[in-house]
Amino acid sequence: MMVETSHKEEDLPAIVRDGAKAAWPICLGYFPIGLAFGVIAGKAGLTPLEIGLMSLFVFAGSAQFIAVSMMTGGGGLIPIVMTTFVVNLRHLLMSSSLSIFLRDLGTWRLALYGYGITDESFAVNLTRFRDEEWDWRRALVVNHLSNAAWVGSTILGGYAGEFIPHGAFGIDYALIAMFVCLLVFQLRGVLYWLIAALAGGLAVLISIILPGNLYIVMASVLAATIGVMIKRKSKAPEGSL
Amino acid sequence: MQILLLSFFMGLVTYIPRWLPLALLSKRTLPSWFKTWLDFIPASILSALLLPALITSGEPRHLDIFRPELLVALPTFAIAFKTRSLGLTVVAGMFFFWLAGKFF
Repeated sequence: MMVETSHKEEDLPAIVRDGAKAAWPICLGYFPIGLAFGVIAGKAGLTPLEIGLMSLFVFAGSAQFIAVSMMTGGGGLIPIVMTTFVVNLRHLLMSSSLSIFLRDLGTWRLALYGYGITDESFAVNLTRFRDEEWDWRRALVVNHLSNAAWVGSTILGGYAGEFIPHGAFGIDYALIAMFVCLLVFQLRGVLYWLIAALAGGLAVLISIILPGNLYIVMASVLAATIGVMIKRKSKAPEGSL
Repeated sequence: MQILLLSFFMGLVTYIPRWLPLALLSKRTLPSWFKTWLDFIPASILSALLLPALITSGEPRHLDIFRPELLVALPTFAIAFKTRSLGLTVVAGMFFFWLAGKFF
């Protein structure tokens, strides 16, 4: 559970510093992807302003990439919006997991927090909420620093992406490396290993069968459900509750 | 097509799944099975995001195992277990990937 001391809450420099420490791997990972998006969107005819506004409104890399490729292929507004919805639906699960740690927040702060929920900010913040003294202020800093990195790098890509060398310093791997580490943090017992293996396997299977991003939500929901069933079975071997 | 209009609606359908659970769930007491379920979600989602990225590729997706992404993931996992540090793991992973690029 969260332990809040008022001293820690009000110390703005500490809040920003802690948030930045948590957020920098995300910003690092977003940078090349944002640049790449900016370049592609620019080639598709978007101005840097439009690119920046899209990044600001949507704040979802995969959906933005898909949208631009659909635009290039002549897709209309409704199919793109529907695809975006499905692609980002997994955030519903992430938001649900985070809600437990945001119990005392008022309507407007929740509304603000929701904006910044991405795969990466979710994984980083959830880990911190669970493992250490973390609070909504620091979590918000993480959300908004990553947001700034995303918006900024997409705009930069819109202007000058062609001049940045590909794959400099292995930077394309930054996000994968981050997910690897965050997954490791989640492997807190045998059951978690099992569930992760299950989810990964299911995800691979489903991703090959079904195009699109649905495999993420399906695999996670299935694996988590099986996990709950296993946990129940191991607690009540006779089948009683 | 109007990019701004598109961005606005994309933003809307993206924002609602992010906000709705916070608005609906954070004030409620959740049943314990649901909390357990939510507790399993991060491990599941991270794995569901990661494994396909490591061993599949292409359009349409197919198994593609012999790639540097998977190879590099092994030492990256090791560093993550050993150091428990996000920053170190990310830098190490980048380094290994850069190194792999020199050989493959």
